[in-house]
Amino acid sequence: MNMNDLPRQTGRADTARQEPALLPPVDVIEDATGITLVADLPGVPRDRLNLRVEGDQLAIEAEVMLPAPEGVEPLHAEVTLSRYRRTFTLSKELDADLVSAELEQGVLRVRIPKAQHAQPRRISVQVR
Amino acid sequence: MLYRRLFPSDVFAEFDRLQREVQGLFDYAPSIRGLGRGGYPALNVGSTPSSVEVYAFAPGVDPAGIDVNLDRGVLTISGERKPRAPGDEKTTVHMDERFSGRFRRVVNLPEDIDPNAVSADYRDGVLHVSIARRAAAQPRRIEVH
Repeated sequence: MNMNDLPRQTGRADTARQEPALLPPVDVIEDATGITLVADLPGVPRDRLNLRVEGDQLAIEAEVMLPAPEGVEPLHAEVTLSRYRRTFTLSKELDADLVSAELEQGVLRVRIPKAQHAQPRRISVQVR
Repeated sequence: MLYRRLFPSDVFAEFDRLQREVQGLFDYAPSIRGLGRGGYPALNVGSTPSSVEVYAFAPGVDPAGIDVNLDRGVLTISGERKPRAPGDEKTTVHMDERFSGRFRRVVNLPEDIDPNAVSADYRDGVLHVSIARRAAAQPRRIEVH
């Protein structure tokens, strides 16, 4: 495992021109067969989640939908944007075609399996 | 400015801007219980002439385990977010940003709320508490004869 194998967060040049968005907190856990990415996206219904893989980029974009009554005025706001965005760079031993995801109660769980050839093999160390 | 481009999506500038925005909403004296910035769950509070609307951004919590309490004009939201299941020795945690553990947030509500007219629902990871205001406090149009 070296640094290049990790999904990295990237700052692509075009992000500056996009609408401002919140950076959702994530957990990234790797096991023998793949990587699980968990992101907090509270307030996002399924149809407002846009998860996509483009080349080696995994992009999460989502929109917050809150049930607000007519004429509501903010008194206090800690969540001041209604959009989440975060992008990760996948490494080539991950199988981008087999990415699966589920969104439940505002938590997105993405599973990115490792390609078969990249699954761990035990390498015996010769002792001389 | 070159230094800005070194940081992904201009995180620091964005954070600055958010801070300022929040400060702007809070130019009056803050509550004695503090603002709880950065706490979990994040809170948004809004008002309409007939209600106060509280939104707690608490993703991934069992709704049965959220305790919503209204006592003398103070709304308390507490509960626990279970930590992730521990992995075996083959798992590696590369990023660990999500909150876990017990949480408690407190909101001071306006004086005119009706403690008997509260509703709460949990959807898409957001707890929405709606508290009605007493009718007397609602603006009325007064006819001039």
